Amino acid sequence: MAYAQSVRGQTYRFDDLKSLLAKATPARSGDALAGIAARDDSERAAAQWALAELPLKTFLNEQVVPYEADEVTRLIVDSHDAGAFAPVSHLTVGDFRNFLLSDAADEARLTALAPGLTPEMAAAVSKIMRAQDLVLVARKCRVVTKFRNTIGLPGRLSTRLQPNHPTDDPAGIAASVLDGLMYGSGDAVIGINPASDSIPAVMKLVAMLDEIIARQEIPTQSCVLTHVTTSIEAISRGAPLDLVFQSIAGTQAANASFGVDLAVLREGRDAALSLKRGTLGDNVMYFETGQGSALSAEAHHGVDQQTLEARAYAVARAFKPLLVNTVVGFIGPEYLYNGKQIIRAGLEDHFCGKLLGVPMGCDICYTNHAEADQDDMDVLLTLLGAAGVNFIMGIPGSDDIMLNYQTTSFHDALYARRVLNLAPAPEFAEWLEKAGIFVDAARAKLSDTLPSQMRALAFS
Amino acid sequence: MSEVIKNPWTELRRLTAARIALGRAGASLPTAAHLDFQFDHARARDAVHRPLDADAVEAVLRGHTLDVVRAHSAAPDRATYLQRPDLGRRLDDSSRTALRPNPCDLALVVADGLSSFAIENNVGPFLASLLPMLGGFSLGPVALALQGRVALGDEIGAALQAKAVIVLIGERPGLSSPDSMGLYLTWAPQKGRTDADRNCISNIRPEGLSFDAAARKTVYLLNEARRLAYSGVRLKDETDADGLTLAREARPELSAT
Repeated sequence: MAYAQSVRGQTYRFDDLKSLLAKATPARSGDALAGIAARDDSERAAAQWALAELPLKTFLNEQVVPYEADEVTRLIVDSHDAGAFAPVSHLTVGDFRNFLLSDAADEARLTALAPGLTPEMAAAVSKIMRAQDLVLVARKCRVVTKFRNTIGLPGRLSTRLQPNHPTDDPAGIAASVLDGLMYGSGDAVIGINPASDSIPAVMKLVAMLDEIIARQEIPTQSCVLTHVTTSIEAISRGAPLDLVFQSIAGTQAANASFGVDLAVLREGRDAALSLKRGTLGDNVMYFETGQGSALSAEAHHGVDQQTLEARAYAVARAFKPLLVNTVVGFIGPEYLYNGKQIIRAGLEDHFCGKLLGVPMGCDICYTNHAEADQDDMDVLLTLLGAAGVNFIMGIPGSDDIMLNYQTTSFHDALYARRVLNLAPAPEFAEWLEKAGIFVDAARAKLSDTLPSQMRALAFS
Repeated sequence: MSEVIKNPWTELRRLTAARIALGRAGASLPTAAHLDFQFDHARARDAVHRPLDADAVEAVLRGHTLDVVRAHSAAPDRATYLQRPDLGRRLDDSSRTALRPNPCDLALVVADGLSSFAIENNVGPFLASLLPMLGGFSLGPVALALQGRVALGDEIGAALQAKAVIVLIGERPGLSSPDSMGLYLTWAPQKGRTDADRNCISNIRPEGLSFDAAARKTVYLLNEARRLAYSGVRLKDETDADGLTLAREARPELSAT
């Protein structure tokens, strides 16, 4: 169905729901590349008016990716909780923004609302929200998850320690792990992107991380970020694997390009659950996402990249993950051109994820061919810290020597802790003090010495 | 610099190129580590944005007694190139008319890609290693292409009527590797080829894969592609890190049979 909007005497027409969503999206290179962006700023602003006047119910009656052709759409439609949706079912998208900003929308009401929202509703309202709106509403949402510690509590910020090495060299990885732990990083997960996806190589890394965590008695979990089927096979061969990882996207075809579907994700989760390795909870999945992945796989169905990204969170929430993060600036300038677009996308992704009930973190990052730099990352980090992001990455000196991109450093996390009064996960903070790494975890005060038991981790 | 707190694990730096044991000023990066990073980022950005010195590269190619034709993708400038990968994969109109059939076994394409430094630093010494090994292949002219992506080689190879095309291209620069050159081999180049139809040799530079090793791998792949009449995922690189072909018994998947 077509939509028309008159603004100050001029009428704008939009062919269907997906083109209305695309044209209402704040400018970004990926939508222009796909040929679906607004042709100018006026058309974009008019589309935002038209979107604001759209009843939220529209998204239950009209799908942007056909139900018959796409299992993600079927998941969204079939798992929609009409009872949870009832309190906002009479609202337009514009009214919904007002509701989210209102004092009536507190943590309890937003938590209850999440199963009643579809990703398209979250994406739609985000398109008519400013950066401060995205921060303020996300901050009211809480999504707490547990494996060996508790992630996502108010006043907390967790970090993934990312000790990547271009050849998976165990000594090199151990050196980065020690560096990270000594800077208080690693409560979300100690997670390696392996250079090799061979099963023996992955099993070796899983065993190595397991030994570090067990020997140092660290209340955290490990993950080797390999394909879900590789993790399943490693589990069947007896690997002591904590979290099953997978990159996911918002359409069935894009997931197929990653070599996954919902069934194999379920299989991966069941395999991890069978090991019963979590001591506090059974959130065993770790997902990564990012705007542009569907377009890059030519699997976007003419839908804008931000709406599709929100649909990936519908996939994620079906599997009760411990961690989900958008790798916001990794994909490159043809999807998010510059710091402004990356910052906006990071805030949108975090907001949509949290609103949908997903334990959202962010890989605050950029590549060297994007128009972005450390200042842009500082801005996004500060905003996401204010928005209550569950976790960020931690890497030595911001430089990933394996994946060739820049993300937040151990030092960056300490900056955010000090400026925004954010402590690590409670169990991990206690361990940091007990291990003699932090003198005062709540104030991010570090010890100057290397405790002897930590020394053993990398000095042989 | 007395305010900088050093880390007592500095010696672990020999184990990894990662930026570990940077120390701290308060909890923040010390000045030296901060400026070090800024300089490396600047180098990587310059590699992307500084235009390729095409005249100098052409002189190097002619120094190897190669014929050179200039080509340009449909992306008119760097900003467009970065946002429109589709345009970087197509020739512009004047290049399309300029490229005349010149049937040959192998066409070489040298393209700026994402790092002009990669091409300026590495094309000459790499060709010095490769060309003497290409005895069995007749060479067409080298297309020196600006604002090019890998798939541009398909259109160029098809226009020249080459049996195979090799694209030498500047790779996406890393913070510590701003001048990494990639090589892509495609058998029977034509429009519509995908990445699955190519074989890639990555990180060609003195600090990465050496010129001799990369040249040996190239010749191995080229001979195999000619024997099989295809390239891509079905053509497996059976050479070791030095580009030497492994003996059958050293290849576990084969020795089992």
